[in-house]
Amino acid sequence: MTVPVQLSLHVNGERVDTDVLPRVSLADFLRDYLKLTGTHLGCEHGVCGACTVRVNGEIVRSCLVLAVQVDQASVDTIEGLSDSGELSDLQAAFRDRNALQCGFCTPGMLIAAQDLLKHNPEPDRELIREHLSGNYCRCTGYHAIVDAVEMTARRRIERAQ
Amino acid sequence: MKASAFAYARASSVANALELLVAHGDRAKILSGGQSLLPAMNLRLVSPDVLVDISDIAELRGITLKPDVLRIGALTRHVDILSSHEVASRAPLLVEAVAQVAHPAIRNRGTLGGNLAHADPASELPACMLALNATIVVRGPAGERRIVANDFFKGIYETALSPVELVTAVEVPVLPANAMHFFYEFARRRGDYAIAGLAAQAVLEGSRLADLRLVFFAVGDRPILARASEKLINIDVTASVLAEASTSLGEELNPHDDQQASAGMRRHLAKVLLARCVSGLLGQADPPMEELA
Repeated sequence: MTVPVQLSLHVNGERVDTDVLPRVSLADFLRDYLKLTGTHLGCEHGVCGACTVRVNGEIVRSCLVLAVQVDQASVDTIEGLSDSGELSDLQAAFRDRNALQCGFCTPGMLIAAQDLLKHNPEPDRELIREHLSGNYCRCTGYHAIVDAVEMTARRRIERAQ
Repeated sequence: MKASAFAYARASSVANALELLVAHGDRAKILSGGQSLLPAMNLRLVSPDVLVDISDIAELRGITLKPDVLRIGALTRHVDILSSHEVASRAPLLVEAVAQVAHPAIRNRGTLGGNLAHADPASELPACMLALNATIVVRGPAGERRIVANDFFKGIYETALSPVELVTAVEVPVLPANAMHFFYEFARRRGDYAIAGLAAQAVLEGSRLADLRLVFFAVGDRPILARASEKLINIDVTASVLAEASTSLGEELNPHDDQQASAGMRRHLAKVLLARCVSGLLGQADPPMEELA
């Protein structure tokens, strides 16, 4: 139980080679080992969505994934997705529409919203709510978040035309 | 909270996984998608000493269409079921049900085998397995067993699996051409634990139900195949026929009280589900609420 396991993966495009105890969640690995604290811990049992990251392109709860399970995988955190510019229009919309206050839920919200827009570029508000139903926000009351996602979807379609 | 410490092993094959289970006994737990096990461990409801990760085992993957069954591998993720043409054509009930399981991030990791082995009474998939009359294929040191769904789910988090067995696949029998299904669950929000739910498979002949499997979930310690369906087959379903079936259902169920709902509320919701199911299958409008009293 105290024997670390070898781990090799990509985080935000950079190769990471290390060893880690099996009990360490991906969330704790990102936060404590790699100092990527943009991924937040709210409930540690999968319901709040604050820990949402991307593994091999798919969103997951990093509190419900062990670091040892993502050997050879490619992980994207909010830091990487922000730095790459992939989320900049969503971030701008969140800012414009006041879709964040304390910001605790925001990394997870952005990653979940981007996941929705990748699968469905023209979601209605019902679908936005459904896809974000796994991300809790204590501050905003959600309307502004739905507004921001809807606005981003519309702007992306306009830009594409 | 954080899980307590444990050792971790990646099984290379089913045989290897079984070796590890036999070696460690009930100190070991299988790690599939981890979306039920890891929350339980983080809440310290369970503290295994060893996790046996089965995600590398290719044999447990895949959805295959055979002449008489649809075989779904235990490692099939919920998201894979949602996107499977085979499941959409052969077991559309599953597609509808899986869309209600938790949230997208959970569905990207959670697996069918893990969900069934976990046997949460509020879970959608065990109920679907009963409705579809599916067989759970299980392997242990003594060999393979095929357990019909009705015999698999025994109670809260309790199945027919021994501590040294694992689920390898599920086999869903081919449905007749005139098969229909119904699925609905009451929950506070999409993705929350069900307060009461119904998964049903039926065969429609003309205006009558020739076969009907009604499986209620979140109303007991396991999914319940309701005997009340007997009152609805091969008969013209009038308001009084439905009322009789509804009364029978109320007597048959023994739901629990909890923070989400009282036993009475669950019993009522089960009757609402019955009525909606029947009217849905028979293509009728929803019955007026007064008739459900």
